[in-house]
This record gives sequence, structure tokens and C-alpha cells, in this order.
Amino acid sequence: MGVKVAEEWLNACSGCEISVVDLGERLLKVLELVDFVHIPVLMDHKYFGQLGDGKHIEIPEAEVGIISGSIRNEEHLEIAHEMRKKCKIIVGFGTCATHGGIPALANSYTNEEIFQRYYSTETTDRVENLPSEGIPPLLDSVYALDEKIKVDVYLPGCPPHPDQVFNALAALLGIMPLSLADKSVCDQCPTIREGKGQVKQLRRFLQSPQYNGPDEPLDKMRCLLEQGFLCMGAVTKAGCGGDKITPRCITARVPCRGCYGPVQQDGNQLLAMLNALASNGIDIKSLPEYASLLRFSGAHGMLRPERKRKEA
Amino acid sequence: MSKTIHIAPITRIEGHGSIAIHLDDAGNVKDTKVHYMSLRGFEKFIEGKPAEEVPRIVNRICGICPWHHHLASNKAVDRCFGVTIPPAARKLREFVQTVSHAEDKLLNFYFLAAPDFVMGPDANYEVRNVIGVAKANPELAAKAVRMRYMVKMILEKVGGKAIHPHAGVVGGFCRALLEEERQEFRKQLSELLDFASFTLEFAKTQVFPNYLDAVQALGVIRTGFLGTVDEDGNLALYEGKLRLMKADGTFTDFSTQDYADYLGEAVVPYSYGKFPYARCWGEGFSLDIDHPKGIYRANCLARINVADRIATPRAQAELEEFRAAFGRPAQATLLYHWARLIEDVYAYEHALELLEESDICDPNVRTPAEPRAGRGVGCVEAPRGTLIHDYSTDDNGLISRANLIVGTTHNLGPINMSVNQAAKLLIREGKVDEGILNKIEMSVRAYDP
Repeated sequence: MGVKVAEEWLNACSGCEISVVDLGERLLKVLELVDFVHIPVLMDHKYFGQLGDGKHIEIPEAEVGIISGSIRNEEHLEIAHEMRKKCKIIVGFGTCATHGGIPALANSYTNEEIFQRYYSTETTDRVENLPSEGIPPLLDSVYALDEKIKVDVYLPGCPPHPDQVFNALAALLGIMPLSLADKSVCDQCPTIREGKGQVKQLRRFLQSPQYNGPDEPLDKMRCLLEQGFLCMGAVTKAGCGGDKITPRCITARVPCRGCYGPVQQDGNQLLAMLNALASNGIDIKSLPEYASLLRFSGAHGMLRPERKRKEA
Repeated sequence: MSKTIHIAPITRIEGHGSIAIHLDDAGNVKDTKVHYMSLRGFEKFIEGKPAEEVPRIVNRICGICPWHHHLASNKAVDRCFGVTIPPAARKLREFVQTVSHAEDKLLNFYFLAAPDFVMGPDANYEVRNVIGVAKANPELAAKAVRMRYMVKMILEKVGGKAIHPHAGVVGGFCRALLEEERQEFRKQLSELLDFASFTLEFAKTQVFPNYLDAVQALGVIRTGFLGTVDEDGNLALYEGKLRLMKADGTFTDFSTQDYADYLGEAVVPYSYGKFPYARCWGEGFSLDIDHPKGIYRANCLARINVADRIATPRAQAELEEFRAAFGRPAQATLLYHWARLIEDVYAYEHALELLEESDICDPNVRTPAEPRAGRGVGCVEAPRGTLIHDYSTDDNGLISRANLIVGTTHNLGPINMSVNQAAKLLIREGKVDEGILNKIEMSVRAYDP
């Protein structure tokens, strides 16, 4: 018998689950050691019993509960509570679970504003009443998991690299210790940093950065921030490169946008980035807007609707 | 006594849905509803964001098809800013999009759909899954896992990141392809093409024949179809014109830029997701399974129905065999699985075509762009169907308005109809078991992804 594991996806896109599939042949090893009792993407265990006649959501007991996605509606909330009740260890899997992720950009708006746009696009038929029959009401905001339930292990990433998924699973199965370093993407970036003060204005990423030909190694390329492009590496948790270390955006010569969330779980990527820019003498007014700097970590009250911001 | 059966969640699909089956006093199906459970609101929250950042935001709409959102979005942003991308970038974008299709279909067949056919629709749920399949057929499972990993790693090598990519950039592509990569990928894709052909042959000889009765009956409805074809009417995934076909096989072609003149989206009381329909047919919207109005389907079966032919030899031979057996347009819902594997063969053949010439390695892959006010519609065929991103930008190049029609949504109405048909076919006088409920779900899984 393997270790019992339950997995759920809440306000999620399935990218985290596909990252598990991207373990490749390691996946077959994992499947030998793990005994999945509930995992909707792969397995037909049902909330209301296999005949669909139950009254409440029920998930079997498990040693480890893995949850991807944020909490957006009343059903997500009910599932999260049931998982917490039935699982000894809860893993917040992916940046939506740990910090809200991209869908938490919705926190800049009220639900009414979102409904108003979605149900009145140029191709949409006008209706008197919004949908409500048999579907769970939205909560007032997109919440990270730990705003609603206790989380034991945080595994951010959009999605987490398969190597980290494997290492974390190995740790949870008791095979090796879990180590997630509190390093930044910059700490693991091979590009050349020459020092402060040369760049005063940021440029938008509308042209290619400077480097000498497609086969030039990354460690010969100048840091993208020092080339004047916004790069969030300094304020973003490391790990996206997996066992190969080198950050994945950088391997494509594209600046980091922060997908692993802040370096410290309770950090603020927007404030930290503005500080980093200002302390390097870069004019923060050269950014076209600011909400995008919280695009992966807008839960925990970081992003709020205009009106609520004014009241606060 | 009347009662309601909840199939929740719908499993082994990508996404969040549930089915409610309402039975009358005699235990027969009165009504069914497929609920799509949440709403994220990308149309709203990309407003005000710099347009060039949006392809790295909207890819998060879907973790299975992020490349398609990413590239449709890139196309839309290029149009907003009026930038023409270099030929090698155009080819690289089409290459990664095609490879992403190829990868996805292997995932769908082996990981999500196969358990119903290999283990059987009535098998216990504890073994009716990829884990059960792997135990029953370890060699094939190991090969499928290895092959899928190989194709996924091509995406990782080209673009640095395979899930939620950043490879497409406004004005082109993030990096040039190296000649040694082109050679390596050609070798790998040839092996993968053979595996795709093997998979289709395996399905045709050892899987589908056992389920021909189910194919002719389960979830069967009669609708129109939407897909993309090139100028000559060949199947196209990355670029082309849209073709909207009626159930009788007649069709209209139109430019992707004009989508709003042809398509509408209905709002129903039981689903957050909107239901697209063919507004241009002028018959309104109805999900009545005997007399549907405005209903068309998208995804692989639709694409091979609307295409006159497929421009690669192996896939064309398969299409001819398929058409001889099922006609054009083929309507049986479970034929999506068959169509998907034909498209898979095409995707590998076409990816190899794109690598044939070394001009795909041209180092010029990006044209500098300037932000400006504009409008752009970007469209590709995602695995689940025609994907439309339509943006407007303001003078600073920030998004001022966005409309999205996502591949999955085209089939939300048809899925409701197929579920209704399957439930009425299978549930009589209150007799329900796990196998019956799973068969009803199979009529949903056919559409995914």
C-alpha cells in the first residue's frame, strides 16, 4: 500500500496538474508509491457518492492533501474545508494556492464590475438576470488557501517545475527532506550584473534585449534590468528552473514576471520591486502601470477594488 | 418520487463542471443540466494592462492549452500595434502551436479517455483511470509516457517553458532556433509521428471496434460545425479563414476579423460560462435535442468535418477512410476520439514540414514595436476549438477593451445536448448504476480537450 493522497483543483487552470504529468517516466514511479484516493483530473471519485445521491461533499481520508488553485466560490470553500478535515498534511500547490495567482488580478474589481463586462461583451445576448441556478455564488474576492484554511507546505510556481514537484512528493513520502530555499530568481540568474545607477528609465518589453547571436551563452548577456527592462527576478522566489537552476524566462531571454510569488511567503512583490527600482535610481514613474507587478500575488488583500481602496 | 442525481465533479476532463439529472415520479429523465461552476473574468481584469504583457497573462486561462491562448493573444497584440513579424518568427509560432496540438492529443487519449475504453465503461472507478491502464498494460503505458514527455520537452527547449509559455513576444518570437535543434527535433518528431500512427492503428483495430454500438448511440446529436481552413480548404490549425458548416453540410467562410458578425453568445440561467451559437443563421438559440437552433460544434471532429481535405499524406489517407465510414459531416459524438487521433497524425506531419527548410533558423525573429491605439483579433484553433482574442488598445498601448471566445465554450451547448440525449437513452424507470453514470460522462469527455 502506498501513501494515501487526495488532490483537488479549485480556482485553477490545470497547469499544476499537467506539471505532475510532465514528470515523465518519474510519474510511473510516483504512481507506484502513491495511492490516490481522490483526484478529479485523473480519477472518477465523486463528491456526492458514486451514485450521485449524497447530500454533502465527501472526500476520503488521506495522509497528504494537495490543493491547486485559489478559493473563488462557495464550493471551493466547502471543498477546501473538507480537504483540511480529511487530510493530515495540506500542500498549497502552485502560486494560485499560495498567493492567488493570475486569477487574483480580479481582486482589483468588484464582482459586479466583472459580471457587467463578461455578460455584456459585443457578442453576448442581453439578459435580465445573471446565472444562479445550481452554480455556487462567488465569494467577494479571490483568496489564497491560507486565508481560509491552515496550510502546512507551500509549493509556489506557475506552474511549479516538475523537478520540484518530484522532490516535494519524495519529501512527503518520507524519502528525502523537503528543502525550498528562500532565494530570489536573481540569486540563480547567470546574466552579468555590473552595478547600480546607469539606467534611469525603464523600457517596455517591445524589442529584443542585446546579446550577440542566438548561440551566445546566457552568462555573456547583460542583466535584463540593467538593460532597462522591468525584470521581477529580485523580488521573486527562486525555483522555476528546477534541478537545472537557470530561471526559465531567462533561458528564453525574456524578463521574469514573478510567477513564483514573493521570496518570503508574506512578502509584497509590488512594494519590494518599487523599492529595488528606487534604490537603483530608476524612476518608478517610467512603469506604465503598477497592478501588473502583483499579477501573481494579488490575494491576501494586496489588490483591491478602487472603491474599497479609498475606504481603507 | 422525483429526485436529482448529481454527477459532481465531472472527472477526467480539464475544467470544472457538474451534471444534474432530474428524474420524474416514474424515474425517467425529466431534464438535465450541465453546470459550469465558476467565472474568472479575464475580459475585465486585463483592462489597463500593457498589451505586450497580456500574452503572458491570458495563457493562464488554461493549463492544457496555454500555447494557444498565448499565441492568439500575441497575434491580437501585433495587430493592435500594427507590427509585422519576421518570417522565421511566424514559422516558429506555428511550429510550437502545432507541436502543442500533437502533445495534447497523446495526453487526452492515453491519460484521460483511454480508461473508459481499455478498462471498460463499467469498470470500478478505482481502476478506471490511467493508473489502472498502466497496471494492465505497463509496456504501452511506459511508451506513451516517454513519447509524450519527448514532445513536451521540444516545447520546453524551444521556448524555455512548456506550461504557461513566454516564447511569443510582441513583434515575433523570443529567440531563434539553432540548426542543431532543428536536426534533433526532426529526428524526434519522426519517431513521434510513427507513434501517432501506431496509436491510431491501435485504436482502430483494438479499441473502437468494441464500442461501435456505443459510438452510434451515445451522446449523438445533429448540429453544425466550426473550424479553420486555409485558402484551399485544407485543415488549418494556426492561420486561415473560419468555416461555419450547417448540419446539412453547406457552409459559409469568413475572415477571423469578422467573427462578431457571425457568432453570438447566449446566457443561460444555470451556467457561468456563456454558450456561443451561430447568430448569422437567424434562427435564434435552442438546445432542444430534436430541433436545435443555432447550435454548432467545434474541436477536432468539427475541424475535420469542415475541411475539404488534409494537406499531409498520412492524415489525408486516414480522413478518406473516416469519411467513407461515417460521411461528412460525421455527427456521432464519440467519433471525436477518432478525429482527434487523425489530427494528431496531421500535427506531427505538419510540424516536420515546418522544420524541412533551414529558414526557420533565421536569427531575425523580432520586429521592434511601438505602443499605439488600435484593435486586433487573434485567432488560432485550440485543441477544444476556435479560440478568439479580440483587444482594443489606447494611445499608451494599454488594453481598453477585450472580448474572448474560448475554444471550450463553443461546445458548452452541444455538451448539454449530448448529456441530455445520453441520460434519456440510459436511465429508465429509476434504474441507475455507476456504469450508466460513467457512460453519460463519456459523452462529455469526448469533447475534451
